[in-house]
Amino acid sequence: MAVAAARLPSPGGLRGLARNETLRNRVIVAGLLLLGVAYPFFYRMIPSAIPAPDLNNLIVMSYYAILALGLNIVVGFAGLLDLGYVAFFAIGAYTAAFLSSPHFDIHLTWWIVVWVAVAIAALSGILLGAPTLRLRGDYLAIVTLGFGEIVPLVFRNLPGDITGANQGIRPIDPPTIPLAGPWGDQLSFSNSNLQLALYLVLALLVFSYWLCQRMRDSRLGRAWMAIREDETAAASMGINTVNTKLLAFALGASLSGFAGAFVGAYQTAIFPESFRFSISITILVVVILGGMGSLRGAVVGAFALQYVNLTFLRWVGQYVNPPLNSVGRSTGIEFLENFVLHSYNFLIFGIVLVVMMVVRPEGLLPTRERKAELHGIGVAAEETAATADEVATHETALEEAGEAVTIEDLPPEDQKRDR
Amino acid sequence: MDLEQFAVILSIGLFNGLIVALVAIGYTLVYGIIELINFAHGDVFMLGTLLTYFGLVAILPGFGVEASLISALALIPFIMVITAVINASIERVAYRPLRNAPRLAPLISAIGMSFILQNVGIILLGPSPKAVPSVLPNDPLIVMPGGRTLISLNEVVVGAVTIPLLLALAYFVTSTRQGKAMRATAQDREAAGLMGINVNRTISQTFLIGGALAGAAGFVVALFLGQAWWFFGFPFGLLAFTSAVLGGIGNITGAALGGIVLGLVKSISDFYIEARWTNVIVFSILIIVLVFRPTGLLGAKQAEGA
Repeated sequence: MAVAAARLPSPGGLRGLARNETLRNRVIVAGLLLLGVAYPFFYRMIPSAIPAPDLNNLIVMSYYAILALGLNIVVGFAGLLDLGYVAFFAIGAYTAAFLSSPHFDIHLTWWIVVWVAVAIAALSGILLGAPTLRLRGDYLAIVTLGFGEIVPLVFRNLPGDITGANQGIRPIDPPTIPLAGPWGDQLSFSNSNLQLALYLVLALLVFSYWLCQRMRDSRLGRAWMAIREDETAAASMGINTVNTKLLAFALGASLSGFAGAFVGAYQTAIFPESFRFSISITILVVVILGGMGSLRGAVVGAFALQYVNLTFLRWVGQYVNPPLNSVGRSTGIEFLENFVLHSYNFLIFGIVLVVMMVVRPEGLLPTRERKAELHGIGVAAEETAATADEVATHETALEEAGEAVTIEDLPPEDQKRDR
Repeated sequence: MDLEQFAVILSIGLFNGLIVALVAIGYTLVYGIIELINFAHGDVFMLGTLLTYFGLVAILPGFGVEASLISALALIPFIMVITAVINASIERVAYRPLRNAPRLAPLISAIGMSFILQNVGIILLGPSPKAVPSVLPNDPLIVMPGGRTLISLNEVVVGAVTIPLLLALAYFVTSTRQGKAMRATAQDREAAGLMGINVNRTISQTFLIGGALAGAAGFVVALFLGQAWWFFGFPFGLLAFTSAVLGGIGNITGAALGGIVLGLVKSISDFYIEARWTNVIVFSILIIVLVFRPTGLLGAKQAEGA
């Protein structure tokens, strides 16, 4: 943190930079959103030579971005490794299924159900976190992993009239708005109307992003990062580490429940088999790929990873699979004969994880602090360069004032660093 | 309660537990020395089942040897050497460069390695389980008065493979120079280095031993269950890791004990509750142990933050 602070330019420059950055970011976000809103109207016109995602894929990318934002609170902000994040996703989806389906014959509107799902997911985050959060990093990882395995198993093993057992729960009421028009007597945001479902999930994503940004810049966000950097130091600064970590768990879980409620209602069906350990890992890969603690990173990571997973690998497969299969048929090699590129997605994720950790552990779009932490030497060099620049500016300023430059004229901070 | 039934269940649990213990020791050795949950360890074990399969269906017939119990046992050293080398290479490639990185980095790298090994399994074995030629005679050895088999010959083979290995490991760790170096490195890496111990070599050795034990466990499981499958690593690895934690992670005797306890829990739960609830019970035990006694049954190497 100190390193990052030292790099900041003088106050006036900082404000100018912040203003420009905010403006630039707003333009980028508005542009991307506009693209998202317009996409359903033109994606069919994109020639098939370009691997463009269809609406369904775009929706998956978007809800993975929400999941990644949620896990980013736990892993990225607070530095707690959660390997069972899928549990809260399942809890959110099942809550939606219980409260708006013929299963229990309860048909609450989704716009209420989603908040119930958020609350229940947050509550289960607290229930899991309260006894376990005092455990050290990797013990916590294992406890959450166990929890992530238990929850879907319980949903699967309980009798069918409670949780739907192996068959899952279907149908689930989609989110609707009772607005009559040429489309019928209501607008429905499910997989039968992909365009509207896309708009809904984009809205949820924007809301989640905004929420995470506000949390990051709040007192709570700073407390999380203090705990991540040094728990003992944070505690001695007066941060209640237990409650702060619990809040990270609860808020992270609530975003997962949020996404779960959307997915259940969007697919209008859920199955216990779809909440596997591999989902927890995929979300973790996204957070790491994007850069732990980085909001932009989480969103870009989710879109990039699911784009590769759902669209790109299949597209490349069209060209790669048939020749390999025919080679396999002629040589009798079973592996080549049945080769389907996109079924090796986890091989690619695995390689990405290892290579990222060894080569670029800060992720694709890292936060400044993390980059500094992991590449201390490079930053120190930059810092020296910055100092030299500052010295130069001071020199010019002083020369203009017609004074001789001595080291005592520099601000005390620079003096310290120079000596 | 049917006592004979219970005795049978205990004996099944005991032999399963011995296999779990072999894998659990690999976790505990690695955790003890570099404080890393080696996620890829379960998949090294899976490679052991894979190698056994290929040994029995391809290598032995290739040499014109019929697959039998004796010829299968002759495969063990080769399997153990291969898995040991694989495990040590994983450490070299994926963990050693991260020795001074933040704690999460090697863990994540290990998860990545686990996926890579699983896919190697898919590529070599195909996506569905493959039947391993049955070379284990299933003859009853000790029959109880009620007519039920208490111990059968295949269980004796399990014991004959696992128990000597466990004893050899205990001897190695407690009574040899390398074992001493390993314990010293686990206690304080820096101080061990200052005392002239080659830390990197000692860590490599630990991975070699863990890999060899996982290979032997893979061999035993492949014969015992008659299957080799790319997905074996995950559930088995979790079970083994749970036993390591149960016994007190970093503690070798603890891992062996934890393995046997969990083997018993598993067979009791399979029979008296229902097999589909077994994992729920195993993970609940894990969570409860970590919450109430984070040092495990026999005490972990260290219990920081507990």
